[in-house]
Amino acid sequence: MTTAPATTYTRVCRLDDIQREGGVLALVAGEAVAVFRTYDDRLFALANYDPFSRASVLARGIVGTRTVGGDEVTFVASPMHKQAFDLSTGQCLDDAAVRVPTYDVRLGEDGTVLVGGRTGGGTSS
Amino acid sequence: MSPHHRKTLVVAGHGMVGHRFVQAAIERGLTETYDVVVVGEESRAAYDRVALTSFFEVGADELSLLPGGAYDDPRVRLVLGTSVDAVDPETRTVLLGTGEVLVYDELVLATGATPFVPSVPGRDLPGCFVYRTIEDLEAIRDAAATATVGAVIGGGLLGLEAANALAQLGLETHVVEMAPRLMAVQVDAAGGATLARHVEKLGLTVHTGAMTEGVLGEDRVTGLQLRDAEPIEAQVVVFSAGIRPRDALARDAGLDLAERGGVLVDERCRTSDPHVWAIGECAAPGGRMYGLVAPGYAMAEVVVDALLGGPGAFTGADMSTKLKLLGVDVASFGDAHAVTEGALELVFSDAVAGHYKKLVVLENEAGDGTVLIGGVLVGDASAYGVLRPMVASGLELPANPEDLILPASRGVPEIGLPDEAVVCSCNNVTKATILDHVAREDEPCADATCVTRCSGAGSTCGSCKPTVKKIVEDHFAAVGKVVDRSLCEHFSLTRQELFDVVAVHGYRTFDEVVGGHGTGRGCDVCKPTVASILASQLNGHVLETGHGTLQDTNDAYLANIQRNGTYSVMPRIAGGEVTPEGLIVLGEVARDFGLYTKITGGQRIDLMGARMEELPAIWRRLVDAGFESGHAYGKSLRTVKSCVGSTWCRYGVQDSTSLAIMLENRYRGLRSPHKIKGGVSGCARECAEARAKDFGVIATEKGWNLYVGGNGGATPVHAVLLAGDLDTETLVRYLDRYLMYYIRTADRLQRTAPWMASLDGGIERVRAVVVEDSLGLGSELEAAIDAHVDGYFDEWRATLDDPDKLARFVSFVNAPDVPDPHITFREERGQPAPGDSDGPVVLGATIGVGAPAVTS
Ligand code: SRM
Ligand SMILES: Cc1cc2nc3c(=O)[nH]c(=O)nc-3n(C[C@H](O)[C@H](O)[C@H](O)COP(=O)(O)OP(=O)(O)OC[C@H]3O[C@@H](n4cnc5c(N)ncnc54)[C@H](O)[C@@H]3O)c2cc1C
Ligand code: SF4
Ligand code: FES
Repeated sequence: MTTAPATTYTRVCRLDDIQREGGVLALVAGEAVAVFRTYDDRLFALANYDPFSRASVLARGIVGTRTVGGDEVTFVASPMHKQAFDLSTGQCLDDAAVRVPTYDVRLGEDGTVLVGGRTGGGTSS
Repeated sequence: MSPHHRKTLVVAGHGMVGHRFVQAAIERGLTETYDVVVVGEESRAAYDRVALTSFFEVGADELSLLPGGAYDDPRVRLVLGTSVDAVDPETRTVLLGTGEVLVYDELVLATGATPFVPSVPGRDLPGCFVYRTIEDLEAIRDAAATATVGAVIGGGLLGLEAANALAQLGLETHVVEMAPRLMAVQVDAAGGATLARHVEKLGLTVHTGAMTEGVLGEDRVTGLQLRDAEPIEAQVVVFSAGIRPRDALARDAGLDLAERGGVLVDERCRTSDPHVWAIGECAAPGGRMYGLVAPGYAMAEVVVDALLGGPGAFTGADMSTKLKLLGVDVASFGDAHAVTEGALELVFSDAVAGHYKKLVVLENEAGDGTVLIGGVLVGDASAYGVLRPMVASGLELPANPEDLILPASRGVPEIGLPDEAVVCSCNNVTKATILDHVAREDEPCADATCVTRCSGAGSTCGSCKPTVKKIVEDHFAAVGKVVDRSLCEHFSLTRQELFDVVAVHGYRTFDEVVGGHGTGRGCDVCKPTVASILASQLNGHVLETGHGTLQDTNDAYLANIQRNGTYSVMPRIAGGEVTPEGLIVLGEVARDFGLYTKITGGQRIDLMGARMEELPAIWRRLVDAGFESGHAYGKSLRTVKSCVGSTWCRYGVQDSTSLAIMLENRYRGLRSPHKIKGGVSGCARECAEARAKDFGVIATEKGWNLYVGGNGGATPVHAVLLAGDLDTETLVRYLDRYLMYYIRTADRLQRTAPWMASLDGGIERVRAVVVEDSLGLGSELEAAIDAHVDGYFDEWRATLDDPDKLARFVSFVNAPDVPDPHITFREERGQPAPGDSDGPVVLGATIGVGAPAVTS
């Protein structure tokens, strides 16, 4: 039974509904959440709202990798003005002061994608 | 300005400066408002008079400044072999030698100068010549064929050049100079003596302080009579005793002249009549005439600027000269004769090597150092490139200034020129400008050749070229140049290399490309680039499985994203032609979906503010009514703008509308490095603005003129003529080749104008590949376009027919019917406009969602 919000998951779609290195937009507890699937089938979820363009669009960005301090970071580039956001932390790679919220996301046993509560807050915009 | 009320600008004289003026007028857009008529007395179009002597080696064609014989701007008319005989400022008319009368709004006199021939007896005898035009040189060459001895009257710069020519034609040559030394204007006595020794070593005979009293001979020249000296026997005599401005037209028209001749003009090169201007050697700004080409060029720019309403002014010019006379370097710059009060001379002279070098220096104002104000170099002028800009910039001299002129073996110190130093005086280019060309972010120059092409530095007399090269090389050395043309961190290849790699390996997916030639998983730079290359080569649907995620959002949703996350819908309206029924459909669709409607700058209609999930329904309606994708979202052909042409327009000479529609349909959907736009005008009035496009076609009586490489946008460029008077079939063939050549070789996001500028040889290179088929690629390039045309299908129709592709057009994957609440609208002038966002929105808990919540 539900005890804490963190354990409430919304079933958003099947894994195959998300293209590899693509994203979909899900409605999770009234919030617009962008859910991404990487090349190697890892899942990430960020708030869909792009604080730079002030539009709800991140799920439509291009997913790629960037080398930051020697590490390969998987990111999504906003479709509006191309700022990159680290998929695992929500941190903007082009502006240290900006971060978008991240969400708990996992793959259910039946192959459905489940999105839970926020795991990281964003900077206010 | 309405195209039917254009003004007329007449240029009298098509010499070096008149030509430069017309070039600047075209480049800077003066021909947008003026029709230009250039009237030149010589039978040839302008040629490089500075290099006149090389006519004997290279011939007339090499010297031409306008090899095609016509400007590629149809608004410029060039009338050659015709003189302007009179000017009437009252009626603003000029009378031509042919009897034709031209009415002008503005008149530019660029009549140059004429050699001065002293009034000595016998000066009209056959065998007497001047040295000014190609015709003069042809006549001298013919006369030299039967002569053995020649004499030049005048030992100045031009006289020595003429003497050089006579010697090269095999004549025993004499130079007769009235002054006590050669090149009296430029060099001092000691320099003149060094020069005379050089000249005599080459077998010429120099007579200084010699006064010519007459030319001897009955019906042909036989020699020269000198005062107080033996006569000289000669069958050819060349007068080179200075020049006189050709100011007769102005004098007869009642315009003010300078005291010592020349049309008197103010700082803007305007004569005493406000609609008459004078530039080049015929003009005397502030009363002084300039016998060099660089000041003339500066005047030409000033007048173009003035006619455009700009502030330019001519305030005097650098009279420095450097030349190689008879194989001897001679240079003089600044105050060569040390006439400035307090000037000191530093002289280095090496009689054995035949070097004479002098620096003129002045104590600086603070009294703690010296600045260079002028100098003379004879025998070795290698330091000129560094010294002349030092004069112009007032740079402090090093502690031992003589080091600057010591022979190179003693080590010439590196001299840091200040940024504002004018390195190229012919074209007035500073060191800062040169550095800007190599250091700027936007398409920097990769070498000195490119800098010369882009900035003009070094393109005229060439004396500054070594300095330009040095500055460029020093810069690259300083920044540790590794020319990196990698696409991004994932590919160390240029777009062109990537294009070839994909073609050679026949790759079909991004994974193959990045796996074989890249690192990581790509990014927002390389993915769309690879997608575009795959689309150019494979002709598949841009949303093919695996390709959709490579695309920028515009391509991914086949529509352009707008500021609030909605999209625009822009169906193709080829050539801008649309039926009333078509218009009604567009209106109905816009009304039914509540879309903002606007006529675009590309002759079509934009419906804006569609939510992503509405796009399929909107396009269903449009496709059913016969519309197709306009590719406004793609890096591909946008529009081919048309005018009504001969079908309706009373001036039209060809059916421009039909051609525009044909071309738009031929190249629609063609993926390219950047967007491509075209235009077709039915006559030279150019209502379709074809020359502002990547390719532009302008109808002629005989067919079509094809222009390429135009650009609007941030850096406007006029397209240039690739080929003229083509029939439609040849036109299409050339266009096929041109577009495919661009697609294969341009950089990512490089429009055709910067692409052409980056090609070695520019338009000449394009012409070689496209028209002359120098690479033998012509048929291959055409075949690639044919394949594109054959494989074309409407992307929107194909998307509507494919449930997999359609599945992506939903707002929320788990609540397809709930519109994203972030998107809001307000009303403006009776239409919707994007509302401003206050931040992320949370939907109320009452709104149902598609999938139930689960717990675990
Ligand atoms: C809709 C339109 C303005 C209008 O309301 O009229 C427009 C709108 C946009 N233009 Fe444009 N341009 C429009 C005509 C032009 C023209 C005029 C023309 O085509 O005759 C030009 C100058 C001509 C040229 O391109 O050389 C023009 C030069 C640009 C440029 C600058 C390109 C350059 O080389 O400097 C950009 C930026 C870019 O592409 O990088 C641009 C980019 C854009 C973008 C795509 C900007 C963006 O990324 O959002 C706009 C999106 C359109 C949309 O969302 O639907 N637009 N744009 C015009 C659509 C024409 C059409 O029917 O397809
Ligand atoms: C041999 C030689 C070497 C030179 N070397 C140098 C050098 O090293 N460096 C340097 O800076 N300068 C040099 N010059 C000078 C340079 O060539 C001139 O400064 C330059 O050509 C001036 O350009 P312009 O357009 O004013 O005159 P021009 O080039 O003489 O052009 C004037 C044109 O107008 C035409 N014209 C005249 N009257 C009429 C009329 N009524 N109607 C129609 N057309 C008319 C003439 O026929 C001529 O074609 C040299 C000149 C010569 C001859
Ligand atoms: S034919 Fe075309 S370019 Fe010429 S005047 Fe008519 S509309 Fe303008
Ligand atoms: S100084 Fe003549 S071209 Fe530069």
